[in-house]
Amino acid sequence: MEVPVEFKPGTFCYGTRPKYLEEVGLPNPREWSPLDEDWKLPADWKDTVLAGIGERLKKNRAFHLFMDICVRCGACADKCHFFIGSGDPKNMPVLRAELMRSVYRKYFSTGGKLFGNLAGARELTFEVFKEWWYYFYQCTECRRCSVFCPYGIDTAEITMMARELFNLLGCNTDWIAGPVANCYRKGNHLGLEPHTITSNIEFMLDDIEEITGIKIEPTFNRKGAEILFVTPSGDLFGDPGTYTCMGYLMLFHELGLDYTWSTYASEGGNFGFFTSMEMAKRLNYKIYAEAKRLGVKWILGGECGHMWRVVHQYMDTWNGPADFLEEPVSPITGTKFENAKTTKMVHIAEFTADLIKHGKLKLDPSRNDHLKVTYHDSCNTSRGMGILEEPRYIINNSCNNFHEMHEDTIREKTFCCGSGTGLNAGENMELRMRGGLPRANAVKHVRDKHGVNMLANICAIDRATLSALMQYWVPDVEVSGVHELLGNALVMTGREGERD
Amino acid sequence: MELKSLLTEKRATILKKWFDLILDTYPSDTSSFLKKQKNQFANPVGHTISEGIEGLFDGLLEEADSDKVSPFLDSIIRVRAIQDFTPSEAIGFIFLLKKVIRESLQKEIREHQTYDELLRLESRIDDLVSISFDVYMKCREQVYELKANEVKKMTFRLLQRANLVKEIQED
Repeated sequence: MEVPVEFKPGTFCYGTRPKYLEEVGLPNPREWSPLDEDWKLPADWKDTVLAGIGERLKKNRAFHLFMDICVRCGACADKCHFFIGSGDPKNMPVLRAELMRSVYRKYFSTGGKLFGNLAGARELTFEVFKEWWYYFYQCTECRRCSVFCPYGIDTAEITMMARELFNLLGCNTDWIAGPVANCYRKGNHLGLEPHTITSNIEFMLDDIEEITGIKIEPTFNRKGAEILFVTPSGDLFGDPGTYTCMGYLMLFHELGLDYTWSTYASEGGNFGFFTSMEMAKRLNYKIYAEAKRLGVKWILGGECGHMWRVVHQYMDTWNGPADFLEEPVSPITGTKFENAKTTKMVHIAEFTADLIKHGKLKLDPSRNDHLKVTYHDSCNTSRGMGILEEPRYIINNSCNNFHEMHEDTIREKTFCCGSGTGLNAGENMELRMRGGLPRANAVKHVRDKHGVNMLANICAIDRATLSALMQYWVPDVEVSGVHELLGNALVMTGREGERD
Repeated sequence: MELKSLLTEKRATILKKWFDLILDTYPSDTSSFLKKQKNQFANPVGHTISEGIEGLFDGLLEEADSDKVSPFLDSIIRVRAIQDFTPSEAIGFIFLLKKVIRESLQKEIREHQTYDELLRLESRIDDLVSISFDVYMKCREQVYELKANEVKKMTFRLLQRANLVKEIQED
């Protein structure tokens, strides 16, 4: 704790540009860099942070509890991918949290006020604030540590609070603040305007037509459609996400699904969630608003990780109740998605697995015979909402060669990609390679043992970042969404045998 | 007695000492974890170093060529190239083997007068350091390539749509 923090190249993201803060009305917009001696904080920054902690202790009982109850048993210490990959002790969840707990004790606990250092308390200084910034942007809120904590302390919640405090002083990262501002103004992280979204999808449709001979004509912003489809914008623009998107398009066409895309609610992801709860709520609002405007019955969501943590655990409380929508029912199988009774939003893995279970899709898994597939459980969908079987079921019906990674590295115990919560920037590549090492190590094992060459997942950040991770640690292994594999195997009506 | 026989005889001791010295280059809280945790999935760094130095040690004894030892160097250096080490610290672990061998076999080397063999072995260890430099640079260049490729990937679809990308036709 006494060792002063040193900002090392490759391990941190750039500080945000002022324009991004101005666009969403966040405080203290100015040019700054984490490497600057002076971060240009307001004179009363310390009061702001302490008042911010006080407010959050009152508002968030879990945070208060997590500040008090850790007994430093060490069960979490070696469970964090950043600690395992970096070897930096301050990446042990217990120590990372201790960076904040020590300040909490000093100002909010009687023992700390009376006995100071002896009670593990320390002053909030600028050096301490910098240290927080460095290490709370080295946590991906993956919650693996909380699986092993006997008290269930969720370090992710502590990181969330820390990042909220940074945003009280204009200290977000550029990679998070940019998408937030884009999303606020244009509905998606990439800042794609409606005509760009439609033309991107049309571009994919041309590719699909070239391969399958089928011309697909999806609709955009169509009022009266039964279903609104919302997916992370990464699926619209970056490979291999675009191949996953083609999988959705082919599936919906084959089903004759009465659905529409929205060029306004054009982002399932939510980088506001890595900024503050308030910002996440603001950015999430558009999904229900658009569903209401279009008059759809329910919402179907694409493959994404943190999008689903927000939808599953926060959306209904923040922006619900969505009582203008209906309880989702699959128009193809009649299945009621009772788990989505309140949110009215269904994960596409559940939707598709249900189709397969009812024999509604004709699949030819031999089309994926060139692939030996393993599956990476995204932190948010596995630990956050228990989607464990559905993606595996889809893969097993779409591919003949599937191999699980070691049991300590999948399902609830999955290792993070190392780039979540807005850490998927380029300037912190070394950090990403460290954080992703435990994941890559498990992939390497199945590559060596079974010849695995494809790492499937249901998360847009995974699709964007695991490719780089694989290139560094396990070359020859590619990355795909689950619906890309489904799209490969999907036998479309009238075109049987077209890709044999 | 030949040096090779001595090294073979004391293989386990030497490897253990070398392993411990390498792990001591990490902060003390970390090195105790890296030394104790034997599960390869819970401790990929410790596991990689352990496997890597075994391969390097055996390669040295067999006087294997660089193609054979490079993968073992790569596995260890690939990890240290992205951790908090300077370039010299990242590859300096190889020199630690000299220290371990000298200390572990001091008495035997003196008794058996195997100094010539020791010098030859140490030269081969120096050769490993030269190869390490290549491996380290390859890893670092790859990190920068990844950064560049991600930027390219972000703009590829845009360029493709604007007809600014031309695929090279195969003959």
